[in-house]
Amino acid sequence: MSPSLPRVSASVAMPKASLQQVFDNLRAAGYMLVGPTVRDGAIVLEEVDGLDDLPLGWTDEQRPGHYRLTKTRDNHYFDYGVGPHSWKEFLHPSRLPLFSVEKNNGNWTIRPAQEPPPRYAFVGVRACDLAAIAIQDRVLIGSEFRDPHYAARREQVFVLAVNCSQANSTCFCASMKTGPKATGGFDLALTELPDIFLAEIGSEAGSEALGDVPWEAATAFDLGRASRVIQRAERQNGRQMQTDDLPDLLYENLEHPRWDEVATRCLSCANCTLVCPTCFCTTVEDVGNLRGTSAERIRIADSCFNRDFSHVHGGNIRPSIRSRYRQWLTHKLASWIDQFGTSGCVGCGRCITWCPVGIEITEEVNAIRAKAAK
Amino acid sequence: MSTAFLTSEIPNPTDPMLPHLATIQDVKPTAAGVSTFSLVFANPEERANHCFQAGQFNMLYLPGAGEVAISLSSDPAQPEVMDHTIRDAGSVTRAIGRLKVGDVIGVRGPYGSAWPLNKTLGSNLVIVAGGIGLAPLRPVILSILRQRSAYGQVVLLYGARTPADLLYTDEFDKWRQGGIDVQVTVDLGDKSWRGLVGVVPQLFYRIRIDHKKTAVMTCGPEIMMRFVIYEALARRIPKERIFISMERNMKCAVGFCGHCQFGPTFICKQGPVLNFAAIEPFFGKEDF
Repeated sequence: MSPSLPRVSASVAMPKASLQQVFDNLRAAGYMLVGPTVRDGAIVLEEVDGLDDLPLGWTDEQRPGHYRLTKTRDNHYFDYGVGPHSWKEFLHPSRLPLFSVEKNNGNWTIRPAQEPPPRYAFVGVRACDLAAIAIQDRVLIGSEFRDPHYAARREQVFVLAVNCSQANSTCFCASMKTGPKATGGFDLALTELPDIFLAEIGSEAGSEALGDVPWEAATAFDLGRASRVIQRAERQNGRQMQTDDLPDLLYENLEHPRWDEVATRCLSCANCTLVCPTCFCTTVEDVGNLRGTSAERIRIADSCFNRDFSHVHGGNIRPSIRSRYRQWLTHKLASWIDQFGTSGCVGCGRCITWCPVGIEITEEVNAIRAKAAK
Repeated sequence: MSTAFLTSEIPNPTDPMLPHLATIQDVKPTAAGVSTFSLVFANPEERANHCFQAGQFNMLYLPGAGEVAISLSSDPAQPEVMDHTIRDAGSVTRAIGRLKVGDVIGVRGPYGSAWPLNKTLGSNLVIVAGGIGLAPLRPVILSILRQRSAYGQVVLLYGARTPADLLYTDEFDKWRQGGIDVQVTVDLGDKSWRGLVGVVPQLFYRIRIDHKKTAVMTCGPEIMMRFVIYEALARRIPKERIFISMERNMKCAVGFCGHCQFGPTFICKQGPVLNFAAIEPFFGKEDF
């Protein structure tokens, strides 16, 4: 290790502009940079080239069923909450060719999709999304079966986390104990201050990413400022989720009248499952040629809100919105715990913001608790 | 028979979503709209190393049509031949229904849990099946026949909608000779039907069995299984000794696609054979 590199677990201060040097280092190491950028009135995640692509001076305003970008007076790069995208699009793509089959004289040749997965560097991963990645790890590579597509992407990803400096009215990471501070699972974690970035080194790779960056050991003053920024974000959490009585509360209230009530508002549009950073359900489709001699098999993101999701010869197990909303909520907050030893919810609030009718997951649980069956 | 082969171009042989090629050795009409397909793996090594347990299932794949979860219905003691009794019920099973001897089919499996044939050694067994639900229980019956003295009283209670829907009727005599009490009923008889008419759970009233040493294994429509459980519990058979085989939509069979969830249970991994005591809080809940 070069003496000019900080050691793992150290905290260092660096000029904001030198984040470009970090990007250049990562690209030189073979990473494709994916980070936040403004497109179509939202902060989305896509390939970024440099600092110019980041949402400098933008923030977002989020409420149930509401998302707007506004300009701030501070020139901060990371002064926003999580947007409609999450990192699952890159680790667990919503459309993934699995294999193709060619039929020839009664023989089949199966060719697995050969494209090597890109080596991603994720820029600007929030603490709630770090928790979401850890949850998808358990689901997709943590059991007796492993999803090799997820594993191939996940194993080589570089994570540049950013601690939240503000929270939205839809955020409840503090009550889910996932944020707003990134506490692990990153290579580098930044806290943005008006004049500098404070960087916590999470790994050797994170340390090496600071090559040629003019860093200095963080002072107690800098550390204090950073911790106050994070505390502010924690205070700004607009919602809480009470979790101590889960999963039993939901298991014992599967016939609660609230399921009927929420079904009158829920459109079963599947937005919540699309934006959720942990929802992992998929389906598979076959695309064949007209002569029936070849086909491509493609995995596609699916949602328990789709009617056909539960289709079994001639009927759907969950034909009503009531039953589909109940499936989603009880899976997320109750059966997920039995299946994977962790809640399926990280408190990012995306399902609240992006619900077209503003259904709030926290409110639905509260309503069930208020008139719970004993 | 054609000589299908597995290509060697697979960089990641551990991908559980890749089908393995098998050929159809035999097709046997089994009931109205139902045929039994006997499959053997194309790769000799795979054929030799393959084994399965009674109650497990395979994912069967046809390019352009899709994939479907089908129970193994043959004797696990002869694992090189895998029988699948398939009802023409949807687009994939219809496409499979058009296949002939020698055709190729994709197979992934075996997956899922098995009937507790070892745990129930020495006890009485009441096997209860409705319609196509007898298919995943046929491996149980064939296993018992191989070691009939290892079990106590064994009863099969079986019913279907009409006489034409009954599976494996040509085997019933052999099963009876082997020491299994086979009781059959239909919901709706036809002119030639001389047997019982009525729903399957009613058959419980025709048997005398010592409930203290009895286990129940059942597969069929969920509404039938609900009443089977009701009759079993009424005879004080403990719920820990009631086993049911459940069906849900499945896309992957390895716990990734999420479709088959039943509360905390993935039917593909912890099921399809489940102990009733473990799923009781969720069983029978409307639209669950």
